[in-house]
Amino acid sequence: MLLRADMVWPRVRAALCVLIITFLIAPMVIVVIISFSSAPFLTFPPPGFSLQWYAKLFANPLWASAFSTSAKVMIPSALTATVVGTAASVGLARGRLPGTSIITGFIMAPMIVPVIITAASMLAVFRIWGVEGTVTGLILAHTTLTIPYVIFTVLASLRLVDDQLESAALTLGATRWRAFWRVTFPLILPAVLSGLLFAMVVSFDELIVSIFLSSPTVRPVAVQMWSDVRGDVDPTIAAIGTIILVFSLSVLLIETLLHRQRKRPADTGQADELAAERPR
Amino acid sequence: MTTGLLELHEVRKVYGAVTAVDAVSLNLAEGEFLSLLGPSGSGKTTTLQMIAGLVMPTSGGIMLSGRPIGPLPPYKRDIGMVFQNYALFPHMTVAGNVAFPLEMRGVGKAEIARKVETVLKLVELPAHADRYPRQLSGGQQQRIALARAIVFEPKLLLMDEPLGALDKRLREQMQIEIKHLHERLGVSIIYVTHDQDEALVMSDRIAVFNAGRIEQIGAADVLYEQPATRFVAEFIGESNILAGRVIEAKGDTCIIDVLGQRLRAQSTGPFATAGTAVLISVRPERVRLAHTSSAVPDAENRLSGQVSEVIYMGSSRKYVISLAGGNPLTAVQQADGDPARRFTVGDAVVATWGSADAVTLHDTPGS
Repeated sequence: MLLRADMVWPRVRAALCVLIITFLIAPMVIVVIISFSSAPFLTFPPPGFSLQWYAKLFANPLWASAFSTSAKVMIPSALTATVVGTAASVGLARGRLPGTSIITGFIMAPMIVPVIITAASMLAVFRIWGVEGTVTGLILAHTTLTIPYVIFTVLASLRLVDDQLESAALTLGATRWRAFWRVTFPLILPAVLSGLLFAMVVSFDELIVSIFLSSPTVRPVAVQMWSDVRGDVDPTIAAIGTIILVFSLSVLLIETLLHRQRKRPADTGQADELAAERPR
Repeated sequence: MTTGLLELHEVRKVYGAVTAVDAVSLNLAEGEFLSLLGPSGSGKTTTLQMIAGLVMPTSGGIMLSGRPIGPLPPYKRDIGMVFQNYALFPHMTVAGNVAFPLEMRGVGKAEIARKVETVLKLVELPAHADRYPRQLSGGQQQRIALARAIVFEPKLLLMDEPLGALDKRLREQMQIEIKHLHERLGVSIIYVTHDQDEALVMSDRIAVFNAGRIEQIGAADVLYEQPATRFVAEFIGESNILAGRVIEAKGDTCIIDVLGQRLRAQSTGPFATAGTAVLISVRPERVRLAHTSSAVPDAENRLSGQVSEVIYMGSSRKYVISLAGGNPLTAVQQADGDPARRFTVGDAVVATWGSADAVTLHDTPGS
């Protein structure tokens, strides 16, 4: 039987996809399995299952302190980044500032500049300010690093919101402030929440800058993991990995649900008919 | 004219090197329906936005009810505005949208509910209060946008091409409805459109915009019968424009030499003095045609030529006549079935019209 090119390609493509997915997902699955291992080493497949590593993890004050540090850094920095990032997005999208693109470039810089450079320069400056190795320092750093993620999502959403809506609100008697809170903000809220979630994940996950800025007493989870991996490797690390994985997946799930929620009122009714009626 | 509600004095808007609106002055009477008509980019929407307060004029003054409103932000002007794409708030229900201007004015809850109900009845959508804008058709969205702009009883309502996104039939229906609403509410309306038919159907007066200026402002029939410029003559309806030279000006008519023929036309300005080059505008439906062979009716103005094109338009026929000098002349004749007034391509014809049907225009190059 002859195989024609148009029959071969879809199969090759499918095979490639399966391979890529396998290599991306398989390590995660293995980590989850190992975290329930009964063996004292990172072996796969595990000889049996137990919850000992989770027990050990929760019993260890070092990990408890790492989780608490991560939370103390993540929550304020993500919230600050969301507020500042949203405000900046509104200014960039609606304001008539000269040099908007330069300002955008500056704010987005942490996403583009090699992280190691950012980390080193922050360390140098934070030393002068005396916030090196403190929670405050980490909050400052993570806020700077996560603002671009907020702006990225909020700006995209703002560009989809018709600016005539704000003009309409003004002619209807709303001040700029009220027009923003009553009209624009509810429309970009899903993007603002997405930005907040992204900021949380990025902060929780961030390693390089955190290594530079942490100290033995102030050590977030990612740094604690990193220093543990260099020492004795036991399945505790897999247990941590599993917890982080669950955290990230939950955030992703919430984000997806938020977007579905937002689309729902729009999808009902006569959307198709309207699309045909309004050629815009 | 009754008392003036709105007055624009030499209003100008400059964006960098571009003058979007150039020295526009106009008066709006209370209860008047004024259309701003012009091609896109002629400054009509910018003018509207300056009245609304969304765009600040570079210079000039705007008075509302005798009070200068230049420094007032839009939310203090109490002017209703309907936007081209309706600008309904997608996250609010119909009732929420209509209640918005009342909430902003601190109206009580019960009062809001009553007013929303009344205005939704007025736009004939009382059962749609709990729907979201996207669940409505274009025409329904248009009505809600209108309801929202009038619910707080503004004295002045601005409409920016509000029917532009609707299909032809719905547009015609909405034109009549807006006109009825205007009569019932007694609100003054400034209506921006690029559709001359819409302007003719709806307006008390029309301001014709071109390149940031008002070319002419007046009632529809005045603009049609006595266009002040070539632009107006060609933008409102169709016009035959003939170039000639004034031989003699006598009171409100003048005699003009066109292609060697002496034609009479209304004189509309002091520019038409003997010897000056002018244009004559004649509406195609005012031109009567006759076969050269038949008895040509007596008329003040006559030009002969040959039929070069016949366009069937149902109730009428449009003929393009090639004049002796080669210039085209368009004539529209009612299709009344009289064979003496049926012409075919190649027929030698005489075109005639009365002097009252021809208007002398300034021969300004470029416009």
